[in-house]
Order: sequence, then structure tokens, then C-alpha cells
Amino acid sequence: MLPFVLAARVLEPVLALWQRRTGHAGMIAVFLIPNMTIFGIFVIVPLVLNLLYSFTGGAEILLEQRPWVGMQQYERLLDCQNHLQPMTCREDQFWRAVHNTARFVLSQVALMVTVSMITALILNRRIAGRGLWRAVFFFPVLLSPVVVGLIWRWILQREGLLNLIVVRLGGDPVIWLNDRFWAFAAAVGVSTWAHMGFYTLILLAGLQAIPRDLYEAAEMDATPPSRVFWRITLPLLGPNLAVVLVLALIRAVQIFDEAYVLTGGGPGTATMFMTQYIYEVGFASFLRNPGLAAAASILMGGLLVVLTLIQLALSRRAERMRQR
Amino acid sequence: MKRLWLGLSALVLAAASAQAEPVPVRILWYSDGNEGEVISELLDRFEAANPDIDVILENVAFQVIQEQLPVQLASGTGPDIARVTNLKAQAEHWLDMRPYLADPAYWEANFGDRLDWMREDGSDAITGFMTQLTMTGGFVNLTLFEQAGVALPGPEATWDEWIEASRQVMESQGLPAAFAIDRSGHRITGPNLSYGANYIGPDGLPAPVDEGTMAFVSRLVEWTGQGLMLPDTWVSAAGTTYRAAADDFANGTIPFYYSGSWQVANLSAKIGDAFDWAAIGSPCGTVGCSGMPGGAGLVAIRYTQHPEAVARVMDYLASEPVVREFSERTLFLPAHAGIVAAGDLAFRSEDPNVPPALERFVQASRETLPAANALPAWQWANTYYGALVTRISQVMAGELSLDQARELIDRDIADQVAAAR
Repeated sequence: MLPFVLAARVLEPVLALWQRRTGHAGMIAVFLIPNMTIFGIFVIVPLVLNLLYSFTGGAEILLEQRPWVGMQQYERLLDCQNHLQPMTCREDQFWRAVHNTARFVLSQVALMVTVSMITALILNRRIAGRGLWRAVFFFPVLLSPVVVGLIWRWILQREGLLNLIVVRLGGDPVIWLNDRFWAFAAAVGVSTWAHMGFYTLILLAGLQAIPRDLYEAAEMDATPPSRVFWRITLPLLGPNLAVVLVLALIRAVQIFDEAYVLTGGGPGTATMFMTQYIYEVGFASFLRNPGLAAAASILMGGLLVVLTLIQLALSRRAERMRQR
Repeated sequence: MKRLWLGLSALVLAAASAQAEPVPVRILWYSDGNEGEVISELLDRFEAANPDIDVILENVAFQVIQEQLPVQLASGTGPDIARVTNLKAQAEHWLDMRPYLADPAYWEANFGDRLDWMREDGSDAITGFMTQLTMTGGFVNLTLFEQAGVALPGPEATWDEWIEASRQVMESQGLPAAFAIDRSGHRITGPNLSYGANYIGPDGLPAPVDEGTMAFVSRLVEWTGQGLMLPDTWVSAAGTTYRAAADDFANGTIPFYYSGSWQVANLSAKIGDAFDWAAIGSPCGTVGCSGMPGGAGLVAIRYTQHPEAVARVMDYLASEPVVREFSERTLFLPAHAGIVAAGDLAFRSEDPNVPPALERFVQASRETLPAANALPAWQWANTYYGALVTRISQVMAGELSLDQARELIDRDIADQVAAAR
């Protein structure tokens, strides 16, 4: 403790002097500088470097040794006769990854919002062991994505737990992760299982903020439960639902770790998503191309910025509604 | 005066302690089997005899060697010594140890045959030595063949004959598949060459995919479609991800497995006395019965601050008694010409399957085609392997036709060559 006390004693007169000279704004700057320095070193600088990499070519890793190629990497990524047909694209693997990501986002987000909503509605009721159930549903959020991927791989592999059950019930074992449909479904399901606890919590908080008297009034009017849900719960939960929707969208676009451990991107490229493509091209592959990987990540980053802006706008709108 | 003496004494003490500070030598090492433990014990002995050098052995996953080491090397950092398989393509980063070695002639005499694998074209540098030689080849579950009443194909048997025999075992024993090959471009290269493939063009650059490659690849795809090849290794991953099927063979899931000599210790440990197994070399194609030579090399990194200390560690590790003990305990084939010529290695294993398996791999190393021997020293080998794995897996998964894959493999390789030139 002593060093901190001494440091505080030394800093106190310096900060006091600074405050007298620069006023309130100067102090804000002082407190922002440490965080902004960390943010700058670990976010802004890599972002700028990544942008610069995306304009370079060649096989060298160091930026200063790489030739400037302008927009060539972007042109290569976007060069397509028909964007709906990856095989007509110059970078067919990138477009397969884009298609897979789009399908994943649509199915996973829909499933995530639905399951989280149902779970939140159930957990909001006075059921036995409510605290325990809340902990059970939140627990997977605390697990490392790699652990999640491994657990489910052991369940779904050829000699896994699921096949053991199938065989015990008299069925034939299914090689879940070698089948395009089941492997994709597994990626969607596992990722939903791993993250739904977080979204359930947000929706639960929203449900508990709805005034009780509205439900009491509906009960006195003998309103059917479905009507209560559509006319009271859903509209008042709207802002939370919007936040959940956008956060889930952003997370789904970024899908990588658990899916990579679970399926390795296969079978074929059926579960190879944009982040895995970037990782493969940038780091893992013998066909390494840092410039192309950087350009792909910038395109993906652009998409995430749009989604984040939507999320910010929705959050502000929700805040305004709450204030009213 | 007293103060002056005290000050001088302190300075002398500080200088002495600075001199006594051992020189750190960092080795980046990965393991397939027990070699991490063996090398650690060998290095303990070196440190005991050389207290002025502190050897720091960093045992890492193979993925770290493949993905992180190249970035460190490109930025002029990294360990002092590293164990790598991608030797030729990164040769610019290796240290020429000749000025520091005790006896460079010893290195030339005993490791000379493979020094080209780890130095730039046209160079006569000594950058390291192969910790082991590997040879790709097949393993067969003798117990399953015996139970099925299927005779083992003879020594000149073709791939078709081996797969047919394995199919009979699969059907008789109710197994999920007849065979598996590791998901690796290197692994299918021996069979490709046996069907007449050639990867190296007349200008030293990659040649287009030829009929030899397509002859074996089309068989592989067909066998996968027929359910003969275990799909778990090749089909269920994307990109260049490496997957071995050793566990499937050790579990008795498949009667025939094509991998390589480095699996001997691993299979011996995992199988124990569960069943009898044997190494069979490489099945034949139309022009030969070739496997692929290869292995891992221990190389000195040119960015080291302590080249003399590095050379002393390397001199010790490359010395005949150390290489001998390392090979005998790890069950790896040595690359040391003197030890190979003596032929008196006593591999330390109580498993009766091990000695004949290693002997079969030594024999297989004499059956390799010239094209196979040329590839480890060719800088585009890994590029070729990467493109093969990526695209063939897509064909197996039904995403591409063989013709499309052939076109895309050529394009992927051409892109990589263009980027590097």
C-alpha cells in the first residue's frame, strides 16, 4: 500500500496545480489519458496497421517490406460474376464464408432471440428453484468458447455421447459433424446454448421493469394471456428486445472460436465463417496472404460498424422511452 | 582510502558475478511423442557440464511453430534454436554456424545429405541437423485382418489391392471405414508420385497439377464417396487444418492407416497389447511404391545474440552419443550417417511390434522415387501441399468437381508464387 500512498501524495499537488491552470476540462483530459493510451495502443494502432496492410501485397510479413498495391486486394475479394454463386468469384472461399455467415446470422439470431425470450418469460414467473434455474441458464456464458466447442465435439463425434444414446435406443449412429446440415445446425445450436444466458438476463431485467399494475388491470379485465403478451409485455419489452437483437447480430457475425473448435469449418467449407477465412488466410494456411486477410477483415469491420451504429441508435431510443 | 578499497571490492565482485551469469539459450520445441522429455533430460546433462550456459526449453504446440514462429522470425526476433518442419521456406532466417562449430567437417560427414533441406538454394551453410528422419507409410491392424480371414496383400501390392483387402475386413468386422490417410498434402504426395505425379516444373517453380496427381486424388475421392475412407479426417475440416487418424487406428476403427514413421511410438503407447499391428511401407502406384521422406530439423536462428553458445548446444545435441540415445528412446529414425551405417541402434521398446515396424520404414526409405527425395529441399512444397488439401477436401464434401479443384489448385499456387516474386 505504501508505494500507492506515496504516489498519491506526490501526485496530489501536481494535479491540484494542473486543475488550477486548466480547469475542469483539463482534469477530464487527465483522467481520460490512461484509458485512451491503452485504447490507442491496442485498438487504434492495430486498426490503422490493418488498414495499411490491406493496401499491400506480397508474401512478406513486415509492413515495410510489403509493396503498395492500392485497392487490389479489395478488388480481388469483390471480383464476382454473381455474388450469389461463390464459384464465379475470384476468391470463392471468401464468398462461401460470407454466405455461411449470412445464413448463420439469420438462423442463430432468430433462434437466440426466441429461446432467450421464452426462457426469460419462464424465469420471470414464480417457479420453484427460480434462482437455481437462472444460474443454470447463465452458467454456459462463463465458459471459455474453446471449452464449449470441445464439450460439444465430444458429445457429437462418431463415438460421442449422443451416438451412444442413439445406439442404446436402437438407432444407427449418425456422424453429425460430417453432415453439412447437421454440422451447421450444431454450430447454430451450440453457439445459442453458449450465449443465451446473457441475452436472457437482459430480457429478464426488462420484464421486471414492466409495472405490475398493468398486469393487474389486465387480470381484472380477464384479458387472455396471449393478448397480455402481445399488447403489454412485447411492446414494453421492445427496447430491450432491440438491444438483444443487435448485440446478438454483432456477436453472430463475429462467430469463430466455438465453431472452429467444434467443426473446423467443415464438412468441406459448410461451417467456415468470415472470421475463420480471415484467420486461415492471414495466419494458419501455407497459402498465407496477410494483405488479403487484412482487406477481408476491413470489410467485415465495416459491417460491424454499421451494426454497432444501429445498436447505439436503438439504445438511445430505448433510453428516451424509459425517461418518458 | 578504506572507502576506495570497499568501492573497488564491490566493483570486482559485481564484475565476477556478471561473468558467472550463464548465457541464456532459448529452444522452441514441439513434440509428437516423448521427445520433449528425452531432450529435456539430455539438456540437463549439458547444463550440468556447462554451467556457463542456461538452456531454456520451451515446449509448445506444433501450431505455435507453424503460425507464431514465422511472425517472430520476420520481425528479427524469436528463439535461439527451434525445431521446425518447414525448413526450406524459412531458410533465410537460419544461422550459418560454421564459424562457431567445433568441427564443421563432422557435421558435413554425418548430416551432409540433408543440409540442403535447411539452407537457401546455392548456399553451403550449416544451419542445423535433422532430429529425426521420417518416412510416410502404412500401418495395418493384423488382428482385424486375421479375424476377417483376409490375407495381407503382398509387398508389391497396389493401392487398389490394399483398399480392396481393407474393404473386405471392414465388411467382415462391421467397421465404419476401411482406411484413413492423415489430412495433409504431404501425406498424399507419396501416393501421387507413385502414380507418376511431378510437382516441380522445369524452371523450378510449381508445375500444373498433372495426370499422376489426378490418378490418385480421383481414387481418394471415389473411395471417400464409397464410404471406404473414414470421412472424419479429410471431410470434416476446412482449409489446411492438419488432422491425423492415429486415434481411429489405435481404437480399432479402421484396419489400414496411412501416416508415417513418427507414429510408431505413439501407436505403440496407445495400442499396447490390444491388437497386433505392422508397418507395411507404401502401397504401389503405376510407377513406384514411394513414400515421402521428411522430418523435423533443429536449426539455429540467425537473430541470436549468443551464436557461440548456440553452436555449443548444437554441437552437443548433434554429437553421436546424444543422437544415438535420443533415437533409441524416442523410436525416431536417426539422420546421422555414422549411426545409420553402424546399424546397431537398440530401440528401447518392449513392444514386439516396434522393431519390425521401424525396420520396415528404414527399408521403405530405400524405395522412394527421386521426385520424392527432391521435394523436402523445394521451397514451394508446402504451398503445393496446402492447395491440395484445401481443394480436395471440398471435392470430397461435394462442393467442387475434380476438374474445378484441379483448376483452383493451380490458381491458388500461382497466386502464392506471384505474391512471393
